[in-house]
Amino acid sequence: MGKEIIELAQGWKQLQEVITKLKNILEGIPNEKPFTSEEYVKQYTKIYDMCTQPPPYEYAEELYDKYRETIQEYLNATVLPSLRARYDEFLLREFVRRWSNHKVMSQWLSRFFEYLDRYYTTKASVPKLKGVALTCFRDLVFNQASSRVTDTIISLIHKERDGEQIDQSLLKNAIHIYIEIGVYEEPFEVHMLDDASSYYRRKAASWIEVDSCPSYMLKAEESLKRERNRAGEAGYLHCGTLRKLEERVQQELLVTHAAQLLEKENSGCAVLLRADKVEDLSRMYRLYHGISEGLQLVANVFKKHVIGEGTTLVQHAEEACNSQAADKSSGQEQAIIVGKFIELHDRYMGYVKGCFMNNNVLHKALKEAFEVLCNKSVTGISSAELISTFCDNILKKGGGSEKLSDEVIDETLEKVVYLLVYHRDKDLFAEFYRKRLTRRLLYDRSANEHHEKNFLGKLKHQFGAHYTLKMEGMMTDLDIAKDTQRSFEEYLHENPLSKPGIDLSVSVLTTGFWPTYRSCSIKLPSEMVKCVEVFNGYYSSKTQHRKLSWVFSLGTCNIHGNFQKKTVELIVSTYQAATLLLFNNSERLSFLEIMTQLDLDREDLTRILHSLSCAKYKILSKEPNTKTISQNDMFEFNSRFTNPMRRIKIPLPPTDDRRKVVEDVDKERKYAIDAAIVRIMKSRKVLGHQQLVLECVEMLSRTFKPNPRVIKMRIENLINQDYLERDSDDSNKYRYLA
Amino acid sequence: MPRPSKRKAAPSAVVDLSATPAPKKSRTKQTNKADRLFDKYANKSIDSIDPAGIELLCSDLRVPHTDIKILMLAWTMRSEKQGYFSKDEWRRGLKCLGVDTLPKLKKAVIGLDKEVMKSGCFEDFYKFAFQYCLMEAKQRSVDIETICELLNIVLGPQFPTQVNLLMEYLKTQSDYRAINLDQWGSFYRFFREVRFSDLKSYDSSQAWPVVLDSFVDWLRERK
Repeated sequence: MGKEIIELAQGWKQLQEVITKLKNILEGIPNEKPFTSEEYVKQYTKIYDMCTQPPPYEYAEELYDKYRETIQEYLNATVLPSLRARYDEFLLREFVRRWSNHKVMSQWLSRFFEYLDRYYTTKASVPKLKGVALTCFRDLVFNQASSRVTDTIISLIHKERDGEQIDQSLLKNAIHIYIEIGVYEEPFEVHMLDDASSYYRRKAASWIEVDSCPSYMLKAEESLKRERNRAGEAGYLHCGTLRKLEERVQQELLVTHAAQLLEKENSGCAVLLRADKVEDLSRMYRLYHGISEGLQLVANVFKKHVIGEGTTLVQHAEEACNSQAADKSSGQEQAIIVGKFIELHDRYMGYVKGCFMNNNVLHKALKEAFEVLCNKSVTGISSAELISTFCDNILKKGGGSEKLSDEVIDETLEKVVYLLVYHRDKDLFAEFYRKRLTRRLLYDRSANEHHEKNFLGKLKHQFGAHYTLKMEGMMTDLDIAKDTQRSFEEYLHENPLSKPGIDLSVSVLTTGFWPTYRSCSIKLPSEMVKCVEVFNGYYSSKTQHRKLSWVFSLGTCNIHGNFQKKTVELIVSTYQAATLLLFNNSERLSFLEIMTQLDLDREDLTRILHSLSCAKYKILSKEPNTKTISQNDMFEFNSRFTNPMRRIKIPLPPTDDRRKVVEDVDKERKYAIDAAIVRIMKSRKVLGHQQLVLECVEMLSRTFKPNPRVIKMRIENLINQDYLERDSDDSNKYRYLA
Repeated sequence: MPRPSKRKAAPSAVVDLSATPAPKKSRTKQTNKADRLFDKYANKSIDSIDPAGIELLCSDLRVPHTDIKILMLAWTMRSEKQGYFSKDEWRRGLKCLGVDTLPKLKKAVIGLDKEVMKSGCFEDFYKFAFQYCLMEAKQRSVDIETICELLNIVLGPQFPTQVNLLMEYLKTQSDYRAINLDQWGSFYRFFREVRFSDLKSYDSSQAWPVVLDSFVDWLRERK
């Protein structure tokens, strides 16, 4: 009880003096000296005493309220008016100054009133002193002045965007206040972002009309860079804003006008690709890479462009074919497009790997583009056939392989396989390839066995051993056939009596590996009949359980034509030889007579006779001497025929096997579908229709794309054969019948 | 006691092929009556009712022999050979219907189609109708012409316009020369589930048989 009781009013009056001094210091009134530590202790103690006096003189609560009132009064009386009186940059400066003053004030006052913080605020569950100060500033000053301050800040940013110099540190300080008060995101950031959006919206709208794609992109890149600086380390915006700001700018500049930008007529993505503008394309990638779904926009344009380029190639190819008188049906002309597709693919893959940084989205776009292109037909000839013709040209004698180096051939074949991956009907290609391979192998037209095997190896690697099983079988067959031929010759040597009188070489082929050929009967001349008998005898002595079916349509014959001037060796097919040999026994023969003697059908005979009498080498003379064969023609051995060469080949153009290939493939597909359905149902037991179709397509997708209707028909077929049944409760489901 | 209740129970006992056997005395009496009725129409040499007998029966029943009701009668008998009713089959059918005299049979037959629809057994009958047309042992499908007649008889009453359209299609198309049981089954389902007016509800990616896919394509083209 030694101390005097300090009454509230009295005590407060004393404190007021100190506060007034503080205000003066803040206002910058000269001659006000800063507080000494003694003064501090004195005030602190006074407050301490006033709080610890026995009731009813315990003034903690009152002092707390007075503290708050002091601040509020100061803010209202002094700070707010000063802010109201100023504008623009001056407003900002004042704002910054007032805030730092406020901090000083709050700090000093808190020190004086510190006792309250220690014992009162927690007990009474009220905010701490510093918190009160902050709240007062926020509620009184900030909420009143904020919209003007925000607007000022934003317009300064605006000025900077337009190229003016502004006081960046002032901005930084002002914005920092927002962060400290905790009002940065709302309302400041929101307004700032909206403003940025509208700024760039306007800019974009004007640029897009006037600028070319590359210059627009440059401007966009520059803008983004500047905005990033603004929110970066050295910038004045909070670094958390960086991402949001980026997104807004990207949205306005790059996304909204994406279609117009990328598809610009004289400078858009397509044009850049065509003109090989690598730098611009790389910039495009950089700009769109950071935007979610952004690259997809570029990829779509890219894909459209590639498809467009490819389609143009197809159109040119078709026009070239139609304008020339060349034989459209062989597909030779059209096959050139395969090489062009390979070039196209190389070129655009280059862009994907280069400017587009090997990005998956772009890879996918390229793949999809080629999946469209590679399934187009040219003048009605399927792309599967065209690729097989292309390969045939490389691999046959007189084709590419003699002119090109091994590396080039290897590379080209490699690329063909890549192209094949995009094809839907791989089984169709395999079948066409097999047919061509047969001709190369059997007529000895393959240029290089190594290349053949190389290509098969590549196919196997890409599509699996099952794919190349038959073709490899074909090649092995020929190796074995050579051995068989050798031992046949030995056999003849040991059994001279059975010699047929003609040099005979036979290739024994395994049925499954080689394509099936329409067997047409022919009555061979006796010399050949003997050959067949001899070989049959030899073969049955070697193996027991094999059956030989002779395919004469694939055979060749070397026959001497004893013409008047000289003897010329003719290399012909067996059928042609058989026809010619008839003239050893008769001077003149009519079409019908030949037909009867050979037992051939009309179409086949027409072809054969045409090749011998109306084509390049007229071995037979025809009466009447027209360009076509008719039933009533008469044929005679043309003894006047001659040729400077000692040996000539008389080709027999093959029949249209295109249709047969397609038929064969369709048949194989039906079996494949059946097998797939049964396999799936066996493991699933019960399955719904759509699910079954889906799994079937999936299972077969490596080889071809089955038609859902065909699948349905095969399912019905299997139901009819009691492999499956329709579920009795749900007619959309099938059940496997074991 | 069995008789009166049987008479009352007759309508609902149509499909009860395993009807509870009545006490022996009345059963023998009934069977005899049924047998006598059988003898009226049967051809003695084969001990079955042959086509001529059936024609006679139909005229006595005042029902044309192409009427669905006769087919249904055959179904109640589980008749195996078209045009012939064996004695066992006859007995079975009449027992199933709970009748043994001609007037009763007439009454039962007249109401037979409604009865079958009411009892929910139409689908079973529908399948039977197809199988009834299979003549050969291993035969699995029925030729188009017969199918069309059958459609007319069996589904004509319920779906006249639809049946006519389907018949027209089947006669003009050339992909199918016969229809099998699975396809036959789908026709009834098709008529029930798909509205011909807009055909929108038909989805060819579902398990409808291809013949119906083609039919719908044909219908859509006509519109």
